[in-house]
Amino acid sequence: MNKTKLIIQREYLSRVKKKSFIVMTILGPILIAGLFALGVFLGMSDSSVYKVLVVDQTPQLPSGKTLFTKEFKETSQVKFQYTTQGLSNAEFDSSAYDVMLVLREDIVTFPEAELVFRKLPSLKARSYIKSEVEKVIENEKLKINEIDKSVYDSIRTDLELVSIDAKDGTESSKQEQAIVGFIFAILIYMFIFLYGVQVMRGVMEEKSNRIVEVIISSVKPFQLMMGKIVGVAMVGLTQILVWIIFTTILVTVFSTVILPQMMDVDTAMQQVQVTDEVAESTSKDAMSQAFIGDIAELILYRINWPLMLGIFVFYFLGGYLLYASLFAAVGAAVDNETDTQQFMVPITIPLVFGFIVAEFALGNPAGNAVFWFSQVPLTSPIVMMVRVAMGFDVGSVWQLILSMALLVLGFLAAVWLAGKIYRVGILMYGKKITYKELWKWLKFKA
Amino acid sequence: MDILKVENITKTYAGHDALTDVSFDVPKGSIFGLLGPNGAGKTSLIRIINQITGADSGQILFNGEPLSPKHIARIGYLPEERGLYKKMKVGEQALYLAMLKGMSKAEAKAKLAEWFKRFDVESWWDKKVEELSKGMAQKIQFITTVMHAPEFIILDEPFSGFDPINTNLVKGEIMRLAENGTTIMLSTHNMGSVEEICTHIALINNSKKVLEGPVAEVKEKFKEGVYDLEFKGEMLAFTNALWVNFELISHKVIGDKVAIARIRLLNGATVNDLLKVLIHFH
Repeated sequence: MNKTKLIIQREYLSRVKKKSFIVMTILGPILIAGLFALGVFLGMSDSSVYKVLVVDQTPQLPSGKTLFTKEFKETSQVKFQYTTQGLSNAEFDSSAYDVMLVLREDIVTFPEAELVFRKLPSLKARSYIKSEVEKVIENEKLKINEIDKSVYDSIRTDLELVSIDAKDGTESSKQEQAIVGFIFAILIYMFIFLYGVQVMRGVMEEKSNRIVEVIISSVKPFQLMMGKIVGVAMVGLTQILVWIIFTTILVTVFSTVILPQMMDVDTAMQQVQVTDEVAESTSKDAMSQAFIGDIAELILYRINWPLMLGIFVFYFLGGYLLYASLFAAVGAAVDNETDTQQFMVPITIPLVFGFIVAEFALGNPAGNAVFWFSQVPLTSPIVMMVRVAMGFDVGSVWQLILSMALLVLGFLAAVWLAGKIYRVGILMYGKKITYKELWKWLKFKA
Repeated sequence: MDILKVENITKTYAGHDALTDVSFDVPKGSIFGLLGPNGAGKTSLIRIINQITGADSGQILFNGEPLSPKHIARIGYLPEERGLYKKMKVGEQALYLAMLKGMSKAEAKAKLAEWFKRFDVESWWDKKVEELSKGMAQKIQFITTVMHAPEFIILDEPFSGFDPINTNLVKGEIMRLAENGTTIMLSTHNMGSVEEICTHIALINNSKKVLEGPVAEVKEKFKEGVYDLEFKGEMLAFTNALWVNFELISHKVIGDKVAIARIRLLNGATVNDLLKVLIHFH
């Protein structure tokens, strides 16, 4: 036992001390947070200024101007120039305008407009232009139909649809929860692969360095194999732990320091817009705020985090132990990396398949396939995460317990099988191993 | 007193016999040569003694007790396929291997310091193994085999890949360890490389033990009285000259009237008798 501890210690320390580990562990969360922030930043701060030539072909009004002339509100990013005469594409190309908005004569009855561009404007700019045109058309229609704007505003209805689960009366959308589960499933999938392959490489390294026989003259091959698997698992858990701590810190900093500042800028901008009108735009903002609120509520309250993390660690360890021992067996059976291919395939397929089923579970969580593959130990660590995130009612908790029990049995079987292949394989040099050969090894006596 | 008794060991791998009913004794304090061609079963036997694999039948006694895991710390083993972790530092690695053999850290450090000094490699402690030359790595491998002062050391093909300087260094260490009472088992397919230092040998061929005993005794017992004789002359005349006391086993013509004849001495005839006959015929 003491010797296994020594092996675990070496496997752990030799990996944790590696530069690549330290870099990945520290940079991982920063990278993810950075990408996230970059996305938000890019989305919020499209700093291009668009000069829009508005070609208004609508008939002249009694007042002498056309319908859209000087009707659009300019922002710091979108500037309008009005004309009644369109430019040809060639003329537009050599003009100073970025975008040409062509408003047809009969646009009020057939609401369709052309946006000619040299460089496609950002989504934000396009939707701004669209809403400006819509506003003018709506106002025109109100006038034509002699409807008072306040009456119109009071008629406009925005329905909020609240979904309530009949079983427990909570407002819930399982689909959204499933997405959180799916993220966990991706994590498990990634970690099993990442660390499983590390185990395989470690075994191959010992074999090709010819150190393995020296070591198994002191310890049992099984101790060496388990020491490596457990040592690498601890490396994985360390990385996860550091990531959780780091992410928590980053999120806290982000939400207490940076986010309020951004909000300030945002609300200031909104106030400028709101001054003059429009019930519509505020209601849109309210909608998007409600959406953000939904996500926050989902992430913070609807997911049972202690349960989720507990289950995550269980399935991560179970799935990892199962796959890592198979990877160890592959590492022991081959002499070099190129020979691993033929044995990697049957291990990789269930793993990838589990991932596909988990994706499928997002759309149809109650499906038969999802049930079965959440029981099979080779796929359950990935598929079950999606189901756990959606929650189990009392009647189907047995499914979770059965799946966990099967996973334990599964990894015990895998460890047993791998141990048999491992102890023969590590002493076998310069031989191209076939499945038939592996089958023979299983029957060798210790 | 025998430190190791190998009794009727048989081992089969999927229909292929690696060892068939092999028995021999290794006397305490001896330098024991385990000889045999490649594939004879030497490494299989050594792995059984090291408890890396188990025998199908038969047993091994270590100091009179059936071999068990508690004996691991008292045996040192240098496998034929040997190496070190390339990325690990020399000292760290030696410590790790020592502790796997059951030594405490302090004990291991003290012993290793002693050995590093003896082999004049103290400055390598913080080097990575991949920075060492092959010869340097071999020294470290030898140190890690003997550092825990085992009473029985097994060296599988100890000199294969060793340069002459290291070979002599290691031979010297083997003799010194043996003088201090350590028993050493050497396995090799090359009798010449160990003949001078072995006190006892066992020969294995095709999974079976062929012979065993003290070197001097074995040599005497299996002296066959067969000689190769190169001569110039007619083969027919040569054959006729051989008297009843000599038997021509084979001959090979290697040049113009030059041939090599393999001759067995019979009925207690000596080499001198043979020469007399041949001179007479000439």
